[in-house]
Parts: sequence; structure tokens; C-alpha cells
Amino acid sequence: MERRILHADFNGFYASVACLLNPAIRERPVAVAGDPAARHGIILAKNEIAKRYGVQTGEVLWQARQKCPGLVTVAPDFPSYHRFSELGREIYAAYSDRVEGFGLDENWIDVTGSTRDFQDAERMAQTIRRRVRAELGITVSIGVADNKVFAKLGSDMRKPDAVTVVSPGNYRETAWKLPVGDLLYVGRATEAKLRRFGITTIGELARAPVGFLRGQFGKIGPMLSDFANGRDRSEVMRISDTRRVKSVSNGVTTPRDLISDADVRLTVAMLSESVAARLRALGLRARTVQLSVRDQALNTINRQCRLEKPTCLTTELAGSAMALFTAAYDWRLPVRSLTVGTADLVDGEFPEQLSLFADEARRRRLEQAERAVDGIRSRFGYHAIGRALFLTDRSIGRLNPQQENTVHPVGFLHGGIGGGEQ
Amino acid sequence: MKRYVCVEVLYDTEGAMRPLRVLWEDGRRFEILRVTDIRRMASMKAGGTGIRYRCVIGRRETDLFFEDPRWFVDCRETM
Repeated sequence: MERRILHADFNGFYASVACLLNPAIRERPVAVAGDPAARHGIILAKNEIAKRYGVQTGEVLWQARQKCPGLVTVAPDFPSYHRFSELGREIYAAYSDRVEGFGLDENWIDVTGSTRDFQDAERMAQTIRRRVRAELGITVSIGVADNKVFAKLGSDMRKPDAVTVVSPGNYRETAWKLPVGDLLYVGRATEAKLRRFGITTIGELARAPVGFLRGQFGKIGPMLSDFANGRDRSEVMRISDTRRVKSVSNGVTTPRDLISDADVRLTVAMLSESVAARLRALGLRARTVQLSVRDQALNTINRQCRLEKPTCLTTELAGSAMALFTAAYDWRLPVRSLTVGTADLVDGEFPEQLSLFADEARRRRLEQAERAVDGIRSRFGYHAIGRALFLTDRSIGRLNPQQENTVHPVGFLHGGIGGGEQ
Repeated sequence: MKRYVCVEVLYDTEGAMRPLRVLWEDGRRFEILRVTDIRRMASMKAGGTGIRYRCVIGRRETDLFFEDPRWFVDCRETM
């Protein structure tokens, strides 16, 4: 059966919310940026006026200021972003029981069951677009397609406040004309590699022989070919399924660049401790550890590994994350930010496969000790107790990662194909 | 400008809310004679979003926004 899927993407989400909440800045170029004093001075989002000056997401604050001297910068306000994200999802949920978020500002909505045909789906998208503008005071771009990948492309094609249809009848004239880097999961490295083979558009990728792509990219090759051809059968999750926590992660941009393994070990331990505490609070354990490293030039690498046993212990998370780091990072550049994540979460009560060799009693004692620390912190504050390791570098060790509320999109592939060694 | 205000609210047995009067900061009280429309709306003037109660106060219509759990008005609408 032909599906009809919308992808709704709030335009310049953080900046739009900032402009709605503060009418005084609305007619000026506005960017949401991390706190420059704490050296998080990166543009997270910009409004349409700032965009006209060439201000780009991800660039450093001083660069943006050079292009746009009158730039108004505001600090991120995550509680408001969460609120508007939820309000948006409430609107979408009026049209389908299949609404799946991708970060705070993007959602897929499967409207196959509530529309007759593509025209009808486009009308529904227009209604949703108008409702978001009237009820939330921010704008949304919506793509309409028969699969999630093309729907997402469509929402990128016209902005702001627009609806774009990428149908089985027109995708060759629309989606295929786009640069290949616009396609989901074609990152900077993949794009550069494709370019070396003369593949610069999605259409060229779609027509490339699958065998060739498999040879060059391994198992991700055929997937890229499928995506470029709109052969994506992945479902939009039901709302009830997406409420369950799928991953717990924590990241930080440190006050100074990290230049040694010791720096990274300290930061990883701190992040792992907060992730472990959140897992314990949720009554969960993780089977997979993920590490994301961003260097000074803002290149990002992601790696993950599977754990022998599900865990909520700081030492085990940190050990695995550190092993990933050592294997993946060549120290060509200092490290700017780190994220430690966990996925494949299982219930804390999940019957564990007891290992013959690992000392289970010791693991249990470690967990009791960490829970005792959780208890002390909840009563007396985060800095009431901590690891001696954190005292070795006060500038990094004094951060409180649990208050750095980072939000990462749930993996589109739901753990199907990962970036690193699996 | 967005201004948060004190509102007296009646909850009926179904839990539905009806704002009865607005208590202005200088002590004046404004009776809400009628609510003519209730819907979620953004207020571009005040800068926010909420459930908009379009209220008749005196001879004028005034928009009162419920931004769970607070209420606000656009205060250019002098009451």
C-alpha cells in the first residue's frame, strides 16, 4: 500500500522561539548561541534576518559577528524548547497516532490512515502548517512523501512556512536534483567520498550500481542507494512507543580544549557518572555505549560498542567510552566537546546472565556505592561528594554535567547500522 | 508587553475552567462578563502562547492567555 508521510520541521527552532517570546528583538538579526564566557560560543540557530547576513549554524560567535555586526545573541532556553516541541507534537497527534520525533524540532507523521490520496495529504499538511503558525507563533516547513527519507528532504526544500510534495510522480524532478549531502546519513566524509566518484546529486547516487556502492561503503552502500531511490520502508513509530526512553546521554563543551588522554579520561568519567546516575534513576541498564567526539574544527566522530553485560555503573561506562576514544581518536586536533551515550536499554530488573569470571558481588557493591552517592547528592547537592579524579583539574572537574541538558535525536536506524565497530 | 496577572477562576465539576475576574496590580478588579471564544493561540504582541480566552470586560473584548499555570495579557490593552 502506498503510504503518505509528512515530515514537519520547525524553522530555525531555537531562534524562532526566542523571537516569539521577546517581541523587542523580532525585527533584528537574532542567533541563539551558547554562553560565550563559558566558551560555548557556537551559533545553535538563527532567524531569517540573520540568515540573510550569512550567519550559519555551527560557526563561532565572533565569525558570525564579523558578518553581522548588529547580531543579537540570546542564550539557549531548553525548558521553552521542550514546551514548544510538546505543543507541536500535540497538534500533529490530532492527525495521526503515528508521530515520531527526530530531535526537538522535527517529527514524522504517518497520515496514510487519515487521508485519501496525496492531494489530501498536502491539504492536511497546509492545515497543520497554518495551525502551528497561529497556535504556537512559530513556523514549520513540511515535506509530503511516501517514505520518511523523501518527506525529510521535502521539508528542507522550501523554508520557512511552506509545504513541499515529493511524490512518486515528481521525485526525479525534485529530490534527485538536490546535492547528495542533503540525504539522511550522508555526512561530510561520505559526501566527499561520493564526490570523488563524480556523484554530487541524489539522482546520481540513485543511479549508481548497488554493487559498486557496497564495495566502497560496505553495508551502508545499499542503504544509501535505497534512500536515494525512495525505497525506505521504515515505519513511523506510534506515539505510545516513542514515549519510552530509548537512550540516555550527556555531553559537554569543556571550558578549555582537551589536549591529552588524561583530560579526556576526566571528562569521560564525569559524563559517564551522570549518565549512570540517570540510568539508575530510570531503573534502566544499558547494553550499548556510544561516544561522540568533536574536535576544534567541529568535525564529529561517533563510535559505539556493545557491552558484555547491561550496566548502570560509572566505571564500566567510562571504561568502554575511553576504549572507544583511544581506538578512534588520533589527536591531530584538540578536543572541543564530548558526549557519552547509552542505548539498547533494558529494565533494571532484567535477569542478568551471571558471568562465571566477573565478580558479580563486586559489581553489586559498586552499584550500592554509586546509589549511596546519588542519595547524598539529591540531599546535599551535586558537589557535596565526588571522585578524587575530579579534583585534578578544577576547570573541568567542577562542571555539573547533569545540568547541561543535551538533546540528541533518537537514531533514525534504531540501532540497525552504527557508525563504528559493533 | 507581556504582563502576568492574577485571575480568579471557577472550576466546574468537570474540571473546566472559567476566568471570573482579573485582579490588576494597583488593586482594581475587572469583572469578566462573558467569554466569547476559547482556543490555543500565540500572542505575537505579548510574545507567548497559551489557551486564549477572549473575554468581554466592560464594553471591550480582551484576550486573556492561560500559559499553564500562569495567566498573561498584552498590557498595551489598558484595562
